[in-house]
Order: sequence, then structure tokens, then C-alpha cells
Amino acid sequence: MKRNTIDLWVGIFVALGIAGILFLALKVGNLVSFGNTPGYRLEAAFDNIGGLKLRAPVRAAGVVVGRVERIRFDPKSYQAVVTMKIDDGNEFTADTIASILTSGLLGEVYVGLDVGGDTNMLANGAKINKTQSAVVLEKLIGQFLFDKAASGGSK
Amino acid sequence: MPSSTNAVAHSLRRLGSFAIEHVERLGFAARFFVAVVANTPAAFRRLHLTLREIYFSGVLSLVIILISGLFVGMVLALQGYDVLQRYGADQSLGVLVALSLVRELGPVVAGLLFASRAGSAITAEIGLMKATEQLAAMEMMAVDPLARVVAPRFWGGVISMPLLAALFSTLGVFGAYLVGVRLIGIDAGAFWGNMQSAVDFRQDIVNGIIKSTVFGIAVSLIAVFEGYEAKPTAEGVSSATTRTVVMSSLAILALDFVLTAFMFRGVS
Repeated sequence: MKRNTIDLWVGIFVALGIAGILFLALKVGNLVSFGNTPGYRLEAAFDNIGGLKLRAPVRAAGVVVGRVERIRFDPKSYQAVVTMKIDDGNEFTADTIASILTSGLLGEVYVGLDVGGDTNMLANGAKINKTQSAVVLEKLIGQFLFDKAASGGSK
Repeated sequence: MPSSTNAVAHSLRRLGSFAIEHVERLGFAARFFVAVVANTPAAFRRLHLTLREIYFSGVLSLVIILISGLFVGMVLALQGYDVLQRYGADQSLGVLVALSLVRELGPVVAGLLFASRAGSAITAEIGLMKATEQLAAMEMMAVDPLARVVAPRFWGGVISMPLLAALFSTLGVFGAYLVGVRLIGIDAGAFWGNMQSAVDFRQDIVNGIIKSTVFGIAVSLIAVFEGYEAKPTAEGVSSATTRTVVMSSLAILALDFVLTAFMFRGVS
């Protein structure tokens, strides 16, 4: 086998392999950006984050505007503090409400931002004051049964 | 009874020597591995040797890898659709196929195919060189056979494996697309969209690449070791070749379990 032919085929093979890996990364996976897109951070404290995971999307009006970066438990306030990275160019008012929602019935959990009417905007590192915790199914069922029992007893 | 105690003692002795033989072999394999890795600079200084080995292990395995990947993807799509549509989850077919391929089937099946095609070829080549005394002749000429023959084949295998596994997964996803979207009629947007949101680059794809690299090291090491240690007869070479395929397959499956337990332990 001539050396040039071997080199050619090895080059084609390696190029194909790298193309395959790139295809997997971009088309099959979700590698949208290499490295960090510029953004700023916001914090929000929830009583219960439900099934929220790291790298969950942060949506405003249904569009992904950022990702959940860090989730930690605050032992002083007994709340879950979620740090979100919001893409630059998306600013939110100071009275924005952050809620934990589920996309679809059994879909992924995400943080939804509902804007208010304040003229001040949230800066980098600011804390969202108004939050709504996740709906926990057991508590919902318990609430329903309690209401049923209460309304049945009052009849 | 003296004869039965002799029989028991004899079988115990055989068991002991069997175990000791294998432990010795394992230790020798470990030292062999260190010696091969120590010869890495020599293998890359003579780059054309390693390129030649990448050609013989990787490029010549392309046909079987690509065709198998395509068919595995198509079968996965067919079987997956059959089950998923019972639960109304047929939009998740892309997710099922992509995760199965990228996490498990790509590295493992490509590794098994590579072991049986390229691994056995490497073992046969080195074993035959030993049987025809070419390795001994090289040592006479002060050419280190580890550097000239063994290390390039080892690195050829290690470099080819991740590329072959990635190509296997790629063709598998494409095959699933052909069956799922073109043949069965699942919505293409749902197919690719759900797949992209479920497959994470770092969690799934990078882990798959790490797995295939580890499998490549294991298969290449077993192949060169069995070839180097083969009995220099026709029978010895053929039994070394079969041992390569069997040991590589077992090693791939065992390592797959260990790596999967490590990597996907906390993923929910």
C-alpha cells in the first residue's frame, strides 16, 4: 500500500470521525454554545422547588431566556435559593414573579418569570422577591380531600 | 480412602496452579502494558507506522461499523416505536434511540465489532510474526519489537475506537430517522426537537466518548498482549486469536457496567 494512499484514507477516516462527533454534539445533543454566553445572575428563594434540576431552563413568555445555575438550601430561612443565569439583553422589572412550573403534565420543570409594571429593573446579583413554589402533588391531593371532607361535614 | 484423598488433593493442586497461572499472566500483562505505553514516543516519532495501523484497524473496519450502526438504529426505531406508541409516547422515539446509542450501544457494539475484526487481526499478525521468528530477528538487529511492532498497533486501536463508536452512533441515529420519520411517519420536528432537549453533550456524548476510549485501550491491549504471548505454532496463533475476541468482549461488557455505574449513578 502506497504511503500516500494510506495517509489519505486515514485523513478521511479521522475527518469523518470528527464530523460524526460534531453531528452528535450539535444535532443530536444540545451543545448550543461553546463556552459561556454573556449573561447576569438573579437569585430567588422558594419554599419548595419540586423537581427543579440544575441547567433547567428559565422561561419568560415561554421563551428560554436563561438557565438554572445553582440550587442550594439556606439553613437560616429554610428556603431553597436558586441562582439563575439570564442572557444579556433580557432585563426584568423589580417586581417580577418567579414561579416553578412544569411544561405539560409530566414534562420538565422550569422557572417561569412573569414581569410586573415597575420602572426599576433587576441588576446583576439582584434577588427576586415574589416567588411561587412548585405544586407538590401530594399536598394538592391532601388539600382536595380536606376540602371535600370539610364541605361534606358542613352539609 | 487413600485414592480418593489423592484425587481431591490432585484437583486442589490443579485448581491452585490454574489460579496462580492466571494471576501471573495478569501481572505480566500489567507490566507489558506499562512497557507498551513507555514506548509511545517511539511510536509517534515514526508516525507512518501508527498511521498505517490506524488504516488497518480503523479505516478497514469502517464498512462493518457503518452498516451495523445503520441497521441497529433502524431496528431500535422499529422496536421502540412498537412499544412507545402503546403509551402515546411515540414522539419520544428520537430520545429513546439517541440515548440508547450514544450512552451504551455505540461504544459497546462498536467495541465488540472492533474487537472481533481489528483485534483478532492484530493478534494474528503479531502472533504470526512471533511464529516466523520475525520478532526475534528484530531483537537481533537491536530494533525493539515493542516500539516497532506493538506500540503502533496499540495506539492505532486506541485512536480508532472513539471515532468508530461516534460513527456508529451517528449512522444509528440516521437509520432511526429513516425508519421513524420517513417510513413510519413520525413528525420530523418532534423527532429532532425532543432528541436535542433530552441528549446532553457533557452528560451523554462526552461520557460515551470516554467509554469508547476506555474500551479501545482494553481491546488494543488484549489484542497486542495475546499476539505477543502466543505460542509460536499455528494452533497457538489461532487459540490466541479466539482468546483475544473472547477476552475483549468480556472486558468490554464488564468495563461497561463499571463505567455506567460510575457515570450514570445520579442521573434522573
